Amino acid sequence: METAYLIETVIKIVVILLIFSALAGIGTYFERKVLAFMQRRLGPVNVGPFGLLQVAADGIKLFTKEDIVPKNVVGRIFKIAPVITAATAFMAAAAIPFLPSFTLFGYEVHPIVADINIGILYILGVMGIGLYGPLLGGMASANKFSLLSAARGAAIFISYEVITGLSILAPIMMVGSLSLIDFNEYQAGGITDWIVWSQPVAFILFWIAAFAETGRTPFHLIANDHEIIDGFGTEYSGMRWGLFFIGEYANMFFISFVMALIFLGGYGDGSFLGALGLLAKVAFFFFFFLWTRAAWPDVRPDQLMWLCWKVLMPIAVINIVITGIVMM
Amino acid sequence: MHNEQIEEHFKNRNVTEIDSNYYMVDIAPYPTDGWGKFKRVLKRSFRGELFVGLWVVLREMIKFDTHTIKYPEEKMPIGPRYRAVHEMKRLWESDTERCIGCGLCEKICISNCIRIDTKLDENSRKEVTEYSINLGRCIFCGYCAEVCPELAITHGGEYENASDQREHYIMYQDMLTPLDKMKAGTQLEFEGFGAVTPHEDERVKKTPLAY
Ligand code: SF4
Ligand code: SF4
Repeated sequence: METAYLIETVIKIVVILLIFSALAGIGTYFERKVLAFMQRRLGPVNVGPFGLLQVAADGIKLFTKEDIVPKNVVGRIFKIAPVITAATAFMAAAAIPFLPSFTLFGYEVHPIVADINIGILYILGVMGIGLYGPLLGGMASANKFSLLSAARGAAIFISYEVITGLSILAPIMMVGSLSLIDFNEYQAGGITDWIVWSQPVAFILFWIAAFAETGRTPFHLIANDHEIIDGFGTEYSGMRWGLFFIGEYANMFFISFVMALIFLGGYGDGSFLGALGLLAKVAFFFFFFLWTRAAWPDVRPDQLMWLCWKVLMPIAVINIVITGIVMM
Repeated sequence: MHNEQIEEHFKNRNVTEIDSNYYMVDIAPYPTDGWGKFKRVLKRSFRGELFVGLWVVLREMIKFDTHTIKYPEEKMPIGPRYRAVHEMKRLWESDTERCIGCGLCEKICISNCIRIDTKLDENSRKEVTEYSINLGRCIFCGYCAEVCPELAITHGGEYENASDQREHYIMYQDMLTPLDKMKAGTQLEFEGFGAVTPHEDERVKKTPLAY
Protein backbone atom coordinates (compact mmCIF):
# COMPACT_ATOMS: atom_id res chain seq x y z
CA MET A 1 0.00 0.00 0.00
CA GLU A 2 1.49 3.29 -1.00
CA THR A 3 2.03 6.08 1.47
CA ALA A 4 -0.07 8.63 -0.37
CA TYR A 5 -3.10 6.39 -0.16
CA LEU A 6 -2.50 5.80 3.51
CA ILE A 7 -2.20 9.50 4.28
CA GLU A 8 -5.28 10.28 2.23
CA THR A 9 -7.31 7.67 4.06
CA VAL A 10 -6.20 8.86 7.46
CA ILE A 11 -7.08 12.44 6.56
CA LYS A 12 -10.49 11.33 5.33
CA ILE A 13 -11.14 9.40 8.51
CA VAL A 14 -10.18 12.36 10.68
CA VAL A 15 -12.32 14.74 8.64
CA ILE A 16 -15.34 12.45 8.81
CA LEU A 17 -14.87 11.93 12.52
CA LEU A 18 -14.62 15.64 13.20
CA ILE A 19 -17.48 16.65 10.94
CA PHE A 20 -19.90 14.09 12.23
CA SER A 21 -18.98 14.58 15.88
CA ALA A 22 -19.69 18.26 15.37
CA LEU A 23 -22.83 17.47 13.41
CA ALA A 24 -24.03 15.30 16.27
CA GLY A 25 -23.80 18.34 18.50
CA ILE A 26 -25.49 20.64 16.02
CA GLY A 27 -28.04 17.90 15.44
CA THR A 28 -29.06 18.14 19.08
CA TYR A 29 -29.48 21.88 18.64
CA PHE A 30 -31.74 21.40 15.65
CA GLU A 31 -33.63 18.66 17.39
CA ARG A 32 -34.36 20.91 20.33
CA LYS A 33 -35.29 23.84 18.14
CA VAL A 34 -37.51 21.89 15.76
CA LEU A 35 -39.24 20.06 18.58
CA ALA A 36 -39.72 23.34 20.41
CA PHE A 37 -41.24 25.08 17.41
CA MET A 38 -43.54 22.17 16.74
CA GLN A 39 -44.68 22.28 20.34
CA ARG A 40 -45.04 26.07 20.30
CA ARG A 41 -42.04 26.71 22.47
CA LEU A 42 -38.82 28.56 21.79
CA GLY A 43 -36.13 26.02 22.60
CA PRO A 44 -32.67 27.20 23.63
CA VAL A 45 -32.43 30.98 23.30
CA ASN A 46 -30.11 32.24 25.97
CA VAL A 47 -26.63 30.98 25.14
CA GLY A 48 -25.31 32.88 22.16
CA PRO A 49 -27.38 34.17 19.24
CA PHE A 50 -30.55 32.07 18.93
CA GLY A 51 -29.09 29.76 21.54
CA LEU A 52 -26.54 28.47 19.06
CA LEU A 53 -23.77 28.25 21.61
CA GLN A 54 -25.89 25.90 23.69
CA VAL A 55 -24.11 23.12 21.85
CA ALA A 56 -20.75 24.38 23.09
CA ALA A 57 -22.07 24.79 26.60
CA ASP A 58 -23.39 21.24 26.59
CA GLY A 59 -20.09 20.01 25.23
CA ILE A 60 -18.15 21.74 28.00
CA LYS A 61 -20.51 20.30 30.55
CA LEU A 62 -20.16 16.78 29.18
CA PHE A 63 -16.39 16.96 29.07
CA THR A 64 -15.92 18.39 32.54
CA LYS A 65 -18.53 16.33 34.32
CA GLU A 66 -17.34 13.74 36.75
CA ASP A 67 -17.06 10.27 35.29
CA ILE A 68 -19.05 8.16 37.70
CA VAL A 69 -18.69 4.41 37.69
CA PRO A 70 -21.31 3.18 40.15
CA LYS A 71 -20.88 0.34 42.62
CA ASN A 72 -21.68 -3.20 41.50
CA VAL A 73 -21.31 -2.50 37.80
CA VAL A 74 -19.13 -4.76 35.73
CA GLY A 75 -16.43 -2.16 35.42
CA ARG A 76 -14.67 -2.99 32.19
CA ILE A 77 -17.77 -3.77 30.19
CA PHE A 78 -19.51 -0.75 31.61
CA LYS A 79 -16.66 1.43 30.43
CA ILE A 80 -16.29 -0.07 26.97
CA ALA A 81 -19.99 -0.08 26.03
CA PRO A 82 -20.33 3.58 24.97
CA VAL A 83 -17.18 3.26 22.93
CA ILE A 84 -18.75 0.38 21.02
CA THR A 85 -21.79 2.49 20.15
CA ALA A 86 -19.78 5.45 18.95
CA ALA A 87 -17.12 3.36 17.22
CA THR A 88 -19.53 1.16 15.29
CA ALA A 89 -21.51 4.19 14.19
CA PHE A 90 -18.39 5.76 12.74
CA MET A 91 -17.05 2.51 11.34
CA ALA A 92 -20.23 2.16 9.33
CA ALA A 93 -19.41 5.49 7.74
CA ALA A 94 -16.36 3.99 6.05
CA ALA A 95 -18.35 2.60 3.14
CA ILE A 96 -20.60 5.60 2.62
CA PRO A 97 -19.79 8.00 -0.22
CA PHE A 98 -20.66 11.32 1.35
CA LEU A 99 -20.21 13.42 -1.77
CA PRO A 100 -19.35 12.82 -5.40
CA SER A 101 -15.63 12.79 -6.08
CA PHE A 102 -14.19 16.23 -6.67
CA THR A 103 -10.83 17.76 -7.51
CA LEU A 104 -8.97 19.62 -4.80
CA PHE A 105 -5.69 21.35 -5.78
CA GLY A 106 -5.42 19.11 -8.81
CA TYR A 107 -5.85 16.00 -6.72
CA GLU A 108 -8.91 13.84 -7.15
CA VAL A 109 -10.66 13.18 -3.87
CA HIS A 110 -13.17 10.38 -3.38
CA PRO A 111 -15.13 11.27 -0.26
CA ILE A 112 -15.45 7.63 0.76
CA VAL A 113 -12.97 5.95 3.03
CA ALA A 114 -13.14 2.53 1.42
CA ASP A 115 -15.20 1.65 -1.63
CA ILE A 116 -15.44 -2.03 -0.76
CA ASN A 117 -17.51 -4.24 -3.00
CA ILE A 118 -19.75 -5.37 -0.13
CA GLY A 119 -20.50 -1.83 1.04
CA ILE A 120 -24.09 -2.27 2.13
CA LEU A 121 -23.50 -5.57 3.85
CA TYR A 122 -20.63 -3.99 5.71
CA ILE A 123 -22.71 -1.00 6.80
CA LEU A 124 -25.59 -3.14 7.96
CA GLY A 125 -23.24 -5.53 9.70
CA VAL A 126 -21.38 -2.84 11.59
CA MET A 127 -24.59 -1.07 12.51
CA GLY A 128 -25.80 -4.43 13.78
CA ILE A 129 -22.75 -4.68 16.01
CA GLY A 130 -23.82 -1.33 17.40
CA LEU A 131 -26.36 -3.36 19.32
CA TYR A 132 -23.61 -4.36 21.73
CA GLY A 133 -23.35 -0.82 23.03
CA PRO A 134 -26.82 -0.68 24.61
CA LEU A 135 -26.82 -4.41 25.31
CA LEU A 136 -23.54 -4.57 27.22
CA GLY A 137 -23.99 -1.14 28.77
CA GLY A 138 -27.44 -2.07 29.99
CA MET A 139 -26.43 -5.48 31.30
CA ALA A 140 -23.33 -4.21 33.05
CA SER A 141 -25.07 -1.31 34.75
CA ALA A 142 -26.47 -3.22 37.73
CA ASN A 143 -29.72 -1.37 37.21
CA LYS A 144 -33.02 -2.99 36.44
CA PHE A 145 -34.13 -0.30 34.06
CA SER A 146 -30.91 -0.59 32.14
CA LEU A 147 -31.36 -4.34 32.02
CA LEU A 148 -34.86 -3.96 30.63
CA SER A 149 -33.55 -1.58 28.07
CA ALA A 150 -30.79 -3.98 27.10
CA ALA A 151 -33.30 -6.77 26.61
CA ARG A 152 -35.55 -4.56 24.56
CA GLY A 153 -32.59 -3.32 22.58
CA ALA A 154 -31.53 -6.84 21.68
CA ALA A 155 -35.05 -7.81 20.64
CA ILE A 156 -35.59 -4.72 18.54
CA PHE A 157 -32.22 -4.70 16.83
CA ILE A 158 -32.32 -8.34 15.91
CA SER A 159 -35.89 -8.16 14.65
CA TYR A 160 -35.43 -5.07 12.59
CA GLU A 161 -32.12 -6.24 11.23
CA VAL A 162 -34.29 -8.78 9.42
CA ILE A 163 -36.49 -6.07 7.94
CA THR A 164 -33.52 -3.98 6.87
CA GLY A 165 -31.85 -6.94 5.23
CA LEU A 166 -34.94 -8.23 3.47
CA SER A 167 -36.15 -4.84 2.31
CA ILE A 168 -32.80 -3.94 0.85
CA LEU A 169 -32.50 -7.26 -0.93
CA ALA A 170 -34.86 -6.26 -3.72
CA PRO A 171 -32.87 -3.14 -4.70
CA ILE A 172 -29.68 -5.16 -4.47
CA MET A 173 -31.17 -7.68 -6.89
CA MET A 174 -31.96 -4.88 -9.30
CA VAL A 175 -28.58 -3.17 -9.09
CA GLY A 176 -26.58 -6.36 -8.90
CA SER A 177 -23.95 -4.88 -6.63
CA LEU A 178 -23.44 -4.15 -2.97
CA SER A 179 -21.36 -1.03 -3.38
CA LEU A 180 -23.15 2.20 -2.65
CA ILE A 181 -21.27 3.87 -5.49
CA ASP A 182 -22.74 1.34 -7.90
CA PHE A 183 -26.12 2.09 -6.47
CA ASN A 184 -25.53 5.73 -7.19
CA GLU A 185 -24.39 5.06 -10.75
CA TYR A 186 -27.49 2.95 -11.32
CA GLN A 187 -29.68 5.95 -10.54
CA ALA A 188 -27.48 8.60 -12.11
CA GLY A 189 -29.89 9.22 -14.96
CA GLY A 190 -32.14 11.57 -13.04
CA ILE A 191 -35.18 11.52 -10.88
CA THR A 192 -37.02 8.95 -12.98
CA ASP A 193 -34.21 6.47 -12.41
CA TRP A 194 -34.51 6.54 -8.64
CA ILE A 195 -35.03 3.16 -7.09
CA VAL A 196 -37.78 4.54 -4.92
CA TRP A 197 -40.11 4.51 -7.95
CA SER A 198 -39.48 0.86 -8.73
CA GLN A 199 -39.19 -0.24 -5.08
CA PRO A 200 -41.52 1.98 -3.07
CA VAL A 201 -42.39 -0.81 -0.66
CA ALA A 202 -38.76 -1.61 0.03
CA PHE A 203 -38.11 2.10 0.59
CA ILE A 204 -40.86 2.44 3.17
CA LEU A 205 -39.87 -0.76 4.92
CA PHE A 206 -36.26 0.35 5.11
CA TRP A 207 -37.32 3.73 6.37
CA ILE A 208 -39.43 2.19 9.12
CA ALA A 209 -36.60 -0.13 10.07
CA ALA A 210 -34.23 2.83 10.17
CA PHE A 211 -36.25 4.26 13.03
CA ALA A 212 -35.81 1.03 14.95
CA GLU A 213 -32.12 0.79 14.12
CA THR A 214 -31.40 4.27 15.35
CA GLY A 215 -33.79 3.91 18.27
CA ARG A 216 -35.84 6.98 17.46
CA THR A 217 -39.46 7.73 18.27
CA PRO A 218 -41.87 5.99 17.54
CA PHE A 219 -39.54 3.05 18.21
CA HIS A 220 -37.68 4.70 21.03
CA LEU A 221 -38.18 1.78 23.35
CA ILE A 222 -34.62 1.12 24.41
CA ALA A 223 -34.35 4.43 26.21
CA ASN A 224 -37.95 5.25 26.77
CA ASP A 225 -37.80 8.07 29.29
CA HIS A 226 -41.25 7.67 30.72
CA GLU A 227 -41.04 3.93 31.22
CA ILE A 228 -37.45 3.00 31.93
CA ILE A 229 -35.77 6.34 32.63
CA ASP A 230 -32.95 6.56 30.13
CA GLY A 231 -32.63 2.82 29.68
CA PHE A 232 -29.07 1.71 29.13
CA GLY A 233 -27.85 5.27 29.63
CA THR A 234 -29.28 5.66 33.13
CA GLU A 235 -26.05 4.97 35.02
CA TYR A 236 -23.79 6.82 32.63
CA SER A 237 -22.54 10.32 33.12
CA GLY A 238 -20.20 12.78 31.50
CA MET A 239 -18.43 11.85 28.33
CA ARG A 240 -19.35 8.19 28.46
CA TRP A 241 -22.96 9.16 28.14
CA GLY A 242 -21.85 11.69 25.54
CA LEU A 243 -20.40 8.86 23.45
CA PHE A 244 -23.74 7.08 23.44
CA PHE A 245 -25.26 10.31 22.34
CA ILE A 246 -22.78 10.97 19.56
CA GLY A 247 -23.25 7.41 18.41
CA GLU A 248 -27.01 7.81 18.22
CA TYR A 249 -26.85 11.03 16.27
CA ALA A 250 -24.07 9.88 13.97
CA ASN A 251 -26.17 6.82 13.26
CA MET A 252 -29.09 9.03 12.33
CA PHE A 253 -26.96 10.94 9.87
CA PHE A 254 -25.38 7.84 8.37
CA ILE A 255 -28.64 5.99 7.93
CA SER A 256 -30.04 9.11 6.27
CA PHE A 257 -27.11 9.03 3.86
CA VAL A 258 -27.67 5.34 3.18
CA MET A 259 -31.36 5.88 2.49
CA ALA A 260 -30.67 8.77 0.17
CA LEU A 261 -27.99 6.81 -1.67
CA ILE A 262 -29.92 3.59 -2.07
CA PHE A 263 -33.40 4.85 -2.84
CA LEU A 264 -33.30 8.51 -3.73
CA GLY A 265 -30.57 8.67 -6.30
CA GLY A 266 -27.73 9.76 -4.04
CA TYR A 267 -25.63 12.48 -5.59
CA GLY A 268 -26.95 11.77 -9.06
CA ASP A 269 -24.53 12.53 -11.87
CA GLY A 270 -21.89 13.81 -9.48
CA SER A 271 -22.24 17.47 -10.33
CA PHE A 272 -22.21 20.21 -7.72
CA LEU A 273 -25.99 20.32 -7.89
CA GLY A 274 -26.13 16.59 -7.35
CA ALA A 275 -23.99 16.92 -4.24
CA LEU A 276 -26.27 19.62 -2.92
CA GLY A 277 -29.20 17.37 -3.72
CA LEU A 278 -27.72 14.58 -1.65
CA LEU A 279 -27.24 16.91 1.30
CA ALA A 280 -30.80 18.16 0.91
CA LYS A 281 -32.14 14.61 0.94
CA VAL A 282 -30.10 13.77 4.02
CA ALA A 283 -31.32 16.94 5.69
CA PHE A 284 -34.89 15.94 4.93
CA PHE A 285 -34.45 12.47 6.39
CA PHE A 286 -32.84 13.94 9.47
CA PHE A 287 -35.66 16.44 9.79
CA PHE A 288 -38.13 13.64 9.45
CA PHE A 289 -36.54 11.89 12.43
CA LEU A 290 -37.23 15.01 14.48
CA TRP A 291 -40.62 15.55 12.94
CA THR A 292 -41.95 12.14 13.91
CA ARG A 293 -40.59 12.63 17.40
CA ALA A 294 -42.80 15.67 17.79
CA ALA A 295 -45.84 14.08 16.19
CA TRP A 296 -46.04 10.43 17.07
CA PRO A 297 -46.27 8.57 20.34
CA ASP A 298 -44.12 5.57 21.10
CA VAL A 299 -45.51 2.12 20.42
CA ARG A 300 -45.46 -0.65 22.98
CA PRO A 301 -42.72 -3.28 22.73
CA ASP A 302 -45.19 -6.01 21.86
CA GLN A 303 -46.72 -3.83 19.17
CA LEU A 304 -43.26 -3.26 17.80
CA MET A 305 -42.55 -6.97 17.60
CA TRP A 306 -45.98 -7.56 16.13
CA LEU A 307 -45.33 -4.93 13.49
CA CYS A 308 -41.98 -6.44 12.66
CA TRP A 309 -42.82 -10.13 12.42
CA LYS A 310 -46.45 -10.11 11.36
CA VAL A 311 -46.60 -7.13 9.06
CA LEU A 312 -43.27 -5.88 7.81
CA MET A 313 -41.50 -9.18 7.32
CA PRO A 314 -44.23 -10.82 5.21
CA ILE A 315 -44.46 -7.65 3.12
CA ALA A 316 -40.69 -7.65 2.65
CA VAL A 317 -40.67 -11.29 1.56
CA ILE A 318 -43.55 -10.75 -0.86
CA ASN A 319 -41.75 -7.73 -2.23
CA ILE A 320 -38.65 -9.81 -2.91
CA VAL A 321 -40.66 -12.54 -4.58
CA ILE A 322 -42.47 -10.09 -6.83
CA THR A 323 -39.20 -8.34 -7.69
CA GLY A 324 -37.70 -11.70 -8.59
CA ILE A 325 -40.62 -12.66 -10.79
CA VAL A 326 -40.58 -9.32 -12.57
CA MET A 327 -36.83 -9.53 -13.16
CA MET A 328 -36.97 -13.04 -14.55
CA MET B 1 -70.70 30.73 27.66
CA HIS B 2 -73.68 32.87 28.46
CA ASN B 3 -74.67 33.73 31.96
CA GLU B 4 -77.97 31.92 31.82
CA GLN B 5 -76.17 28.88 30.60
CA ILE B 6 -73.75 28.99 33.50
CA GLU B 7 -76.60 29.36 35.92
CA GLU B 8 -78.31 26.49 34.21
CA HIS B 9 -75.19 24.44 34.82
CA PHE B 10 -75.40 25.15 38.51
CA LYS B 11 -78.96 24.00 38.68
CA ASN B 12 -78.74 21.06 36.38
CA ARG B 13 -75.53 19.13 36.62
CA ASN B 14 -76.47 16.61 33.97
CA VAL B 15 -74.36 18.02 31.15
CA THR B 16 -75.70 15.85 28.40
CA GLU B 17 -79.08 17.55 28.52
CA ILE B 18 -77.90 21.12 28.26
CA ASP B 19 -74.90 21.01 26.06
CA SER B 20 -75.15 19.23 22.79
CA ASN B 21 -71.36 19.34 22.55
CA TYR B 22 -71.17 16.30 24.75
CA TYR B 23 -71.63 12.97 23.11
CA MET B 24 -70.82 9.37 23.87
CA VAL B 25 -67.64 8.05 22.31
CA ASP B 26 -68.51 5.61 19.59
CA ILE B 27 -66.67 2.43 20.47
CA ALA B 28 -67.11 -0.19 17.82
CA PRO B 29 -67.06 -3.78 19.05
CA TYR B 30 -63.60 -5.32 18.98
CA PRO B 31 -63.05 -7.89 16.26
CA THR B 32 -62.71 -11.39 17.59
CA ASP B 33 -61.92 -13.46 14.53
CA GLY B 34 -58.72 -13.30 12.50
CA TRP B 35 -60.27 -11.75 9.44
CA GLY B 36 -61.85 -8.97 11.46
CA LYS B 37 -58.54 -8.21 13.13
CA PHE B 38 -56.82 -8.18 9.78
CA LYS B 39 -59.37 -5.73 8.43
CA ARG B 40 -58.83 -3.52 11.45
CA VAL B 41 -55.08 -3.52 10.82
CA LEU B 42 -55.62 -2.53 7.20
CA LYS B 43 -58.02 0.21 8.18
CA ARG B 44 -55.70 1.60 10.79
CA SER B 45 -52.67 1.41 8.53
CA PHE B 46 -54.18 3.18 5.57
CA ARG B 47 -56.44 5.70 7.20
CA GLY B 48 -53.52 8.09 7.25
CA GLU B 49 -53.92 9.23 10.81
CA LEU B 50 -50.17 9.34 11.19
CA PHE B 51 -50.07 12.05 8.55
CA VAL B 52 -52.66 14.07 10.41
CA GLY B 53 -50.27 14.13 13.35
CA LEU B 54 -47.38 15.13 11.15
CA TRP B 55 -49.41 17.90 9.57
CA VAL B 56 -50.55 19.30 12.88
CA VAL B 57 -47.05 19.73 14.27
CA LEU B 58 -45.74 21.07 10.97
CA ARG B 59 -48.55 23.58 10.84
CA GLU B 60 -47.71 24.80 14.31
CA MET B 61 -44.07 25.12 13.32
CA ILE B 62 -44.91 27.17 10.23
CA LYS B 63 -47.33 29.39 12.11
CA PHE B 64 -44.58 29.99 14.66
CA ASP B 65 -47.06 31.05 17.27
CA THR B 66 -45.05 30.31 20.37
CA HIS B 67 -46.44 30.85 23.79
CA THR B 68 -43.22 30.88 25.72
CA ILE B 69 -42.79 33.60 28.29
CA LYS B 70 -39.12 34.43 28.64
CA TYR B 71 -39.47 34.39 32.36
CA PRO B 72 -36.89 36.59 33.99
CA GLU B 73 -37.41 39.29 31.35
CA GLU B 74 -41.12 38.76 30.89
CA LYS B 75 -43.58 37.95 33.59
CA MET B 76 -47.13 36.76 33.65
CA PRO B 77 -49.47 39.32 35.16
CA ILE B 78 -50.73 38.01 38.47
CA GLY B 79 -54.16 38.63 39.87
CA PRO B 80 -54.67 41.18 42.65
CA ARG B 81 -55.93 38.35 44.85
CA TYR B 82 -52.66 36.45 44.53
CA ARG B 83 -51.32 35.34 47.89
CA ALA B 84 -47.62 35.99 48.08
CA VAL B 85 -45.39 37.59 50.73
CA HIS B 86 -47.37 39.61 53.24
CA GLU B 87 -47.69 43.34 53.43
CA MET B 88 -48.74 45.63 56.24
CA LYS B 89 -50.95 48.50 55.17
CA ARG B 90 -51.30 52.01 56.51
CA LEU B 91 -54.42 54.05 57.02
CA TRP B 92 -55.25 56.33 54.11
CA GLU B 93 -56.42 59.11 56.41
CA SER B 94 -53.51 59.43 58.79
CA ASP B 95 -50.72 57.34 57.31
CA THR B 96 -50.43 55.50 60.60
CA GLU B 97 -50.24 51.76 60.84
CA ARG B 98 -53.49 49.91 60.60
CA CYS B 99 -52.47 47.07 62.87
CA ILE B 100 -54.03 47.40 66.30
CA GLY B 101 -52.10 44.53 67.77
CA CYS B 102 -55.18 42.43 68.38
CA GLY B 103 -53.25 39.21 67.80
CA LEU B 104 -55.97 37.51 65.79
CA CYS B 105 -53.58 36.74 62.97
CA GLU B 106 -51.20 35.02 65.34
CA LYS B 107 -54.08 33.05 66.76
CA ILE B 108 -55.51 31.86 63.49
CA CYS B 109 -52.31 31.08 61.69
CA ILE B 110 -52.55 27.37 61.06
CA SER B 111 -48.85 26.86 60.65
CA ASN B 112 -48.03 28.90 63.69
CA CYS B 113 -45.58 31.14 61.94
CA ILE B 114 -46.70 34.57 63.11
CA ARG B 115 -45.27 35.94 66.35
CA ILE B 116 -46.57 39.22 67.71
CA ASP B 117 -45.69 41.12 70.86
CA THR B 118 -47.40 44.28 71.99
CA LYS B 119 -47.25 46.81 74.77
CA LEU B 120 -49.27 49.80 75.80
CA ASP B 121 -47.78 53.05 74.66
CA GLU B 122 -47.95 56.36 76.51
CA ASN B 123 -51.47 57.07 75.20
CA SER B 124 -52.60 53.67 76.46
CA ARG B 125 -52.92 52.47 72.92
CA LYS B 126 -51.63 49.09 72.00
CA GLU B 127 -48.42 49.25 70.09
CA VAL B 128 -46.80 46.44 68.16
CA THR B 129 -43.27 45.89 69.40
CA GLU B 130 -42.43 42.64 67.65
CA TYR B 131 -44.06 41.19 64.61
CA SER B 132 -42.48 38.51 62.49
CA ILE B 133 -43.66 35.91 60.03
CA ASN B 134 -41.61 32.82 59.43
CA LEU B 135 -41.96 32.52 55.67
CA GLY B 136 -40.35 29.12 55.74
CA ARG B 137 -43.37 27.80 57.58
CA CYS B 138 -46.05 29.98 56.05
CA ILE B 139 -48.26 28.14 53.60
CA PHE B 140 -49.80 31.34 52.23
CA CYS B 141 -53.27 30.21 53.11
CA GLY B 142 -54.55 33.73 53.52
CA TYR B 143 -56.24 33.16 56.88
CA CYS B 144 -54.33 35.98 58.53
CA ALA B 145 -55.45 38.42 55.87
CA GLU B 146 -58.98 37.17 56.14
CA VAL B 147 -59.21 37.41 59.89
CA CYS B 148 -57.57 40.80 60.30
CA PRO B 149 -60.31 43.21 61.41
CA GLU B 150 -58.38 46.25 60.24
CA LEU B 151 -57.38 45.01 56.76
CA ALA B 152 -53.86 45.57 58.05
CA ILE B 153 -52.09 42.39 57.12
CA THR B 154 -52.62 41.44 53.51
CA HIS B 155 -50.86 39.50 50.85
CA GLY B 156 -48.68 41.19 48.28
CA GLY B 157 -47.54 40.14 44.83
CA GLU B 158 -43.90 39.39 45.53
CA TYR B 159 -43.47 35.73 44.66
CA GLU B 160 -39.80 35.54 43.77
CA ASN B 161 -38.26 34.51 47.05
CA ALA B 162 -34.96 32.95 47.86
CA SER B 163 -33.27 32.46 51.17
CA ASP B 164 -30.14 30.87 52.45
CA GLN B 165 -31.97 29.19 55.27
CA ARG B 166 -35.24 27.54 55.83
CA GLU B 167 -36.41 29.84 58.58
CA HIS B 168 -36.69 33.09 56.72
CA TYR B 169 -38.32 35.72 58.88
CA ILE B 170 -39.94 38.82 57.55
CA MET B 171 -40.26 41.68 60.03
CA TYR B 172 -42.94 44.23 60.62
CA GLN B 173 -40.89 47.08 59.20
CA ASP B 174 -40.18 45.17 56.00
CA MET B 175 -43.84 44.51 55.43
CA LEU B 176 -45.08 47.96 56.28
CA THR B 177 -45.90 50.25 53.37
CA PRO B 178 -43.06 52.81 53.26
CA LEU B 179 -44.08 56.32 54.18
CA ASP B 180 -42.97 57.85 50.89
CA LYS B 181 -45.08 55.37 49.01
CA MET B 182 -47.96 56.21 51.29
CA LYS B 183 -47.47 59.92 50.70
CA ALA B 184 -47.46 59.33 46.96
CA GLY B 185 -50.77 57.58 47.40
CA THR B 186 -49.66 54.40 45.67
CA GLN B 187 -50.51 51.89 48.37
CA LEU B 188 -52.50 49.11 46.76
CA GLU B 189 -55.44 47.54 48.51
CA PHE B 190 -55.62 43.79 48.61
CA GLU B 191 -58.62 42.30 46.89
CA GLY B 192 -58.44 38.83 48.27
CA PHE B 193 -59.88 37.20 51.35
CA GLY B 194 -61.13 39.63 53.95
CA ALA B 195 -61.00 42.63 51.69
CA VAL B 196 -63.97 44.88 51.24
CA THR B 197 -65.93 43.59 48.30
CA PRO B 198 -67.09 46.09 45.66
CA HIS B 199 -70.50 47.73 46.28
CA GLU B 200 -70.30 46.77 49.92
CA ASP B 201 -72.20 49.92 50.89
CA GLU B 202 -75.30 48.96 48.95
CA ARG B 203 -75.37 45.49 50.35
CA VAL B 204 -74.81 46.21 53.98
CA LYS B 205 -77.94 45.88 56.11
CA LYS B 206 -78.69 47.89 59.18
CA THR B 207 -78.32 46.03 62.41
CA PRO B 208 -81.71 46.01 64.16
CA LEU B 209 -81.72 47.93 67.39
CA ALA B 210 -83.01 45.01 69.36
CA TYR B 211 -79.95 42.99 68.47
S1 SF4 C 1 -50.88 33.00 55.21
FE1 SF4 C 1 -51.62 31.38 56.57
S2 SF4 C 1 -49.77 30.35 57.21
FE2 SF4 C 1 -49.11 32.27 56.35
S3 SF4 C 1 -48.97 33.66 58.08
FE3 SF4 C 1 -51.01 33.90 57.22
S4 SF4 C 1 -52.29 32.47 58.41
FE4 SF4 C 1 -50.15 31.89 58.74
S1 SF4 D 1 -52.34 42.40 61.62
FE1 SF4 D 1 -54.53 42.52 61.87
S2 SF4 D 1 -55.07 40.62 62.91
FE2 SF4 D 1 -52.88 40.88 63.15
S3 SF4 D 1 -52.60 41.90 65.05
FE3 SF4 D 1 -52.67 43.50 63.51
S4 SF4 D 1 -54.79 44.09 63.40
FE4 SF4 D 1 -54.74 42.15 64.51
